[in-house]
Amino acid sequence: MSRIAQTLRGAALMDFWGAFGLGMRQLFRPKPTVNYPFEKGRLSPRFRGQHALRRYANGEERCIACKLCEAVCPAQAITIEAEPREDGSRRTTRYDIDMVKCIYCGFCQEACPVDAIVEGPNFEYATETREELYYDKEKLLENGDRWEREIARNLELDARYR
Amino acid sequence: MNDFVTEFGPVWGTALAVGQILAFMVVLLLSLAFLLLMDRKVWAAVQMRKGPNVVGAFGLLQSFADFLKFVLKEIVIPAGADRPLFILAPLITFTLAFIAWAVIPVAPGWVISDINVGILFLFAISSLGVYGIIIGGWASNSKYPFLGALRSAAQMVSYEVSIGFVIVTILLMAGTMNLSEIVMAQGGGFWNWHVLSFDLLPWPVFAITIPMFVIFFISALAETNRPPFDLPEAESELVAGYQVEYSSTPYLLFMIGEYLNIVLMCSLMTVLFLGGWHAPFDVAPFTWIPPVFWFALKVLFLFFMFAMVKALVPRYRYDQLMRLGWKIFLPTSLVAVAVMGAVVVYSNAS
Repeated sequence: MSRIAQTLRGAALMDFWGAFGLGMRQLFRPKPTVNYPFEKGRLSPRFRGQHALRRYANGEERCIACKLCEAVCPAQAITIEAEPREDGSRRTTRYDIDMVKCIYCGFCQEACPVDAIVEGPNFEYATETREELYYDKEKLLENGDRWEREIARNLELDARYR
Repeated sequence: MNDFVTEFGPVWGTALAVGQILAFMVVLLLSLAFLLLMDRKVWAAVQMRKGPNVVGAFGLLQSFADFLKFVLKEIVIPAGADRPLFILAPLITFTLAFIAWAVIPVAPGWVISDINVGILFLFAISSLGVYGIIIGGWASNSKYPFLGALRSAAQMVSYEVSIGFVIVTILLMAGTMNLSEIVMAQGGGFWNWHVLSFDLLPWPVFAITIPMFVIFFISALAETNRPPFDLPEAESELVAGYQVEYSSTPYLLFMIGEYLNIVLMCSLMTVLFLGGWHAPFDVAPFTWIPPVFWFALKVLFLFFMFAMVKALVPRYRYDQLMRLGWKIFLPTSLVAVAVMGAVVVYSNAS
């Protein structure tokens, strides 16, 4: 009996009509597609993207060369060399991040006592050569200057959860 | 074509005929470009994607961008391939797909060659279509194309049989093999279309013709290697079947040939079952619209169904495919031919 019923269902294409109804409903539903280069998805304030070295409002760089980030970095992507400056303050002479090694864990920004090294919201920095991904101090400070507004806003938004 | 020659003399007549054929081909290719886009758009929309939407407004020019891409790319011919046959195969598919269109009437008198064995011609051409695929698969000298070609040959031969019987039922009803005359017989309203054919009352012929229409539709899917019967190019098993080694323009020719065959099957269904260029009602607001528009609308509807089937139905296993063709469609259509023959004999319908 069930075999006959099954045959009749098959002959009437019942399975197909069910799928067709579903397909027609799907056809007119709003599409969740984000047209990426033209539209972008929302990013969390905690998003860990490209690194940046920040400055104080008076233009003085924040980093005090404590080397905590270098010590905590699990991928050993950070290299720091430091010397006292003419005014006697301790500053870095070299601050390199190998972005190829970096695993974007965010430990460096957690370790930093002065919020100098942060991971900003920028994620579109693909390059054509590997060399361009070896960031030095100059490049990182420039990133900091360019993204300061967004970085400051994100830090402020996230501050009350820390 | 002969009309042109008798009317305008051999030189101008031939020129006119060639012009007519070229115009038809251009229109056909242009509509194909947008049908391809429609196929992709429908497929995307069912999966809640947007589909191509960058080239031109709503991606309307996508097919032309694809065309340029295919034409500008390098033609790669595998070292072990049989070069002449490798190049010949897509040409065969492409040419045969166009030749078949010669007998399709798109509006009253709008047919390139109004021959009285139109259906036989179509059947012969679509049988030859297997050659393009099997030569392409074999000449590639590679395992996936070869397997794809074998599958494709077996599949197309199997389903051609039931397509043949379905066409025979319609021929019995219409009593002619001329496609224009078959369409002409279906005028007056949608109840006269062969798929319903209420004009043959008191015989409930639609009990035969509706299942025949469904069988024809499904066989057409198999015949054109469309999902759910796209085993010859099943990407999860055979990469792309007989097209694996093809690139650039030869691939484009295969692609155009394939889609032209799909549209051809849609128009054949329109002509045989859905009343060709006839409006669904033979009254004022419907008859104002030119017949070619109704033809295009019906083809468009069937093509939409092809696209929906592609989006909805999972691929058949090969034994299921053969079972469906030989054990279900063939006996059913055979019985239908016998019953339709009896109806025609006893009702003197034609």
